[in-house]
Amino acid sequence: MPGADKEADLTERIEAFLADLKRGGCGTGPIRGSGETARETTALLRKVTAQARWSSAGDLMEIIRKEGRRMTAAQPSETTVGNMVLRVLKIIREEYARSRGSSEETDQQESLHKLLTSGGLSEENFRQHFVHLKANVIEAINELLTELDGTTDNIAMQALEHIHSNEVIMTVGRSRTVEAFLKDAARKRKFHVIVAECAPFCQGHEMATNLSKASIETTVIADAAIFAVMSRVNKVIIGTQTVLANGGLRAVNGTHTVALAARHHSTPLIVCAPMFKLSPQFPNEEDTFHKFVSPHEVLPFTEGEILSKVNVHCPVFDYVPPELITLFISNIGGNAPSYIYRLMSELYHPEDHDL
Amino acid sequence: MKRESIVPAACAAVTYTVLCHPHHHTVFIVLTDGPGNKDDITRSKNEGKELSKEEKQRLRKQKKQQKKQKERKNEKSETEKEKTPVSLLPPPRPVATQKAPSALPAPASAPIPVPASAPFHSSPAPSPADKPAKSKAELKAERRARQETDRAAKQPGSSSSGIKTKVPLSELNPVVKRLPEHVQVDDPAVVKRLAKKLERQQIPLRSDYGYKVSLFSHLHQYSRKAPLTQQLSIPSTVIHPSIVRLGLQYSQGIVAGSNARSVALLHAFKQVIRDYTTPPNEELSRDLVNKLKPYISFLNQCRPLSASMGNAIKYIKKEISNIPSQCKEEEAKTKLLTCIDRYIEEKIVLAAKAISKYAIEKISDGDVILVYGCSSLVNNILCEAFEKSRKFRVIVVDSRPRLEGREALRRLVQRGISCTYVLISALSYILPEVSKVFLGAHALLANGYVMSRVGTSQIALVARTFNVPVLVCCETYKFCEKVQTDSFVSNELDDPDDLMVTRKGKTQLENWQDVSSLGLLNLVYDVTPPDFVDLVITDLGMIPCTSVPVVLRVKNLDQ
Repeated sequence: MPGADKEADLTERIEAFLADLKRGGCGTGPIRGSGETARETTALLRKVTAQARWSSAGDLMEIIRKEGRRMTAAQPSETTVGNMVLRVLKIIREEYARSRGSSEETDQQESLHKLLTSGGLSEENFRQHFVHLKANVIEAINELLTELDGTTDNIAMQALEHIHSNEVIMTVGRSRTVEAFLKDAARKRKFHVIVAECAPFCQGHEMATNLSKASIETTVIADAAIFAVMSRVNKVIIGTQTVLANGGLRAVNGTHTVALAARHHSTPLIVCAPMFKLSPQFPNEEDTFHKFVSPHEVLPFTEGEILSKVNVHCPVFDYVPPELITLFISNIGGNAPSYIYRLMSELYHPEDHDL
Repeated sequence: MKRESIVPAACAAVTYTVLCHPHHHTVFIVLTDGPGNKDDITRSKNEGKELSKEEKQRLRKQKKQQKKQKERKNEKSETEKEKTPVSLLPPPRPVATQKAPSALPAPASAPIPVPASAPFHSSPAPSPADKPAKSKAELKAERRARQETDRAAKQPGSSSSGIKTKVPLSELNPVVKRLPEHVQVDDPAVVKRLAKKLERQQIPLRSDYGYKVSLFSHLHQYSRKAPLTQQLSIPSTVIHPSIVRLGLQYSQGIVAGSNARSVALLHAFKQVIRDYTTPPNEELSRDLVNKLKPYISFLNQCRPLSASMGNAIKYIKKEISNIPSQCKEEEAKTKLLTCIDRYIEEKIVLAAKAISKYAIEKISDGDVILVYGCSSLVNNILCEAFEKSRKFRVIVVDSRPRLEGREALRRLVQRGISCTYVLISALSYILPEVSKVFLGAHALLANGYVMSRVGTSQIALVARTFNVPVLVCCETYKFCEKVQTDSFVSNELDDPDDLMVTRKGKTQLENWQDVSSLGLLNLVYDVTPPDFVDLVITDLGMIPCTSVPVVLRVKNLDQ
């Protein structure tokens, strides 16, 4: 039966995706970059929309929410998955509102007047059935996919506006976005890059090898030398794992030190992050913010007897407060950290923030 | 020996300015006649000061020929007796020998020492070699002057004048200091000069390894796999075997940490002194210092000397030069050995005890103390505090590539102290738990900056952001006169291959040498600005970072 086959195929794909996410929990990071994760999530959600049985927008949103909860539970630190689910939910809401004919703006704004007159919760329950809703939603998701495909190029195109000749740029660890950014600038400008290796996983080494292959003058330094060389650095350009709702970052560990050193020397800190990394989370949840991996990376088992008497920590992420950040460069342009809350309200609907 | 007694005496009255030879003459007269009266000495020294300034001005203004004539006229009165001593003056300065023959025939009247020295400045000799000749001679002259004032102070009746002259001497510290060779690697003239000097001392020159980052092209970068001892013949006739062993231990990192290196150095020197015999017609005080010079060059080549080692060497040289000439060899040697033992005992061991005593007052029950790397002093403090039943726990922060924190971790865990271990990139995660930070220092600079293992400044920066007090523990013998504001001008570059790491069987940077645009930087030291440091605990007490020059001044006056 074709229908059953398709469904089995879909569940198989979802299971494979979840397994990949779970495996990506080790220290070296996910097997695929966050861009690919985002694309894969969106493709899966499109398939779910196409194949699942639903009659109204409300049903579809329930299905998507369920799948979304499963996916985020597999790897809570991989926030792009949750972000994409929220984007799709927002798309569904928009398409529904458009089909109904009401303008989007009035639905969006939570004004005091609306709260008083409508008495709290919105009356929308998304129960109306529209014939073309499915096609519209799938079309909108396709647009989202094309947007995702072009994010890295969009960010890299802005490189020449920010990098001038003979600069010394510092970066931390490995970020595909920053790599593309610097390689694009290197086509026209000559500059020097200092890469902090970011122990214990030393992803900075791979970054440095890739950059030097593009004939960029690269130097690898140990984490301990970040403050020592910062006085000679003109700009710090970093990538991040997540951009939080207050404009702060959840980035690879060691980034907070870089940000503090940059502030001490009044060096601008530029974050290259595509919009799908923007997450509605706030940094205050202590339990869920940090992720730890095996302490074997820090103190190997070969150290012997002292291992049992010592606590070893290996956190993966660092929180960087928004005051330390100068600029966000994303696929829609450059923004200050104080503007992030506005961007978030455009991307996600406030009721979806808790899946 | 006539020469020996005259040359030091000659320099005794030289103040810390350009060579001022008129005073040589006056001092010669006074001292060779025996311990003269106080007035003569002070008068000559005062005259010496004034005349030296005039000399300086004159030298600057005149061309070579005019200068010689004027000085000849000035010095005519004092010349005749000094013919022979003057001609003996140039030879003891090895670098200046190339200029001495050219300088001596130049002035019309040979016995004038001032013209003999003046052409050093005025002759069209190659300038880079000129400057160090002048400054080397200057430094030697200063050293002899210092020794002579000490000796004059020892003599009866001249003690007060000695003290009087000491204060102006310390105030007139030389402004022109020679830049050490190890921070001028990008200057080919300097490198050539060093190579010549090492050749003369029969020490092999160590070659740099690998691509150097352009920011640090003025520093040496050696490979650990090519130690200097491979180029020495066995057995080495020039260098004492315990020094060879010490050099190898330094370059391989077997002996690391400034206290350990200084103590090892002093023990090696003790062995050298024990095995030393004065050759005939030589005096122990002069010859032993000359014997030590190639050893120090060798150790410098193996691994650049630390500030603590520099101070220890200065002390030893001073002690050796202070040996009176009539002292018997055995007596002199036992005296030197006890001096060295006393130095180690006072400056290192007892200082550590004093610092522990002060530091333990700062540790209270329930503290969470953060330490970085392996500082013998800080480990000592923590172990003593634990023995005095203070309840605290320790967080050891470590960094690649040296990973010295593991050694500190082992030592603390053996004592039973509960420890946590993280890498320096996890600092922002762990700092909210910390109540105090204890750091060790490699040296304390005269402008209040703390020179320590790379990464210390980062820890101080982040601790300041989290409002955690930072305490630096340092013995006073590590205080040095240098000033530095960043970690570039004077640093040590370690073997760049140490940064490579093999993870899951893959070494990313394996062929970094083949890629022309890739460089690895392995710094050893960095400087922490004084506003990050809250307190420095020394054996003299607890002082703020900015009081370092005060301590240095007090120490100089004491000596």
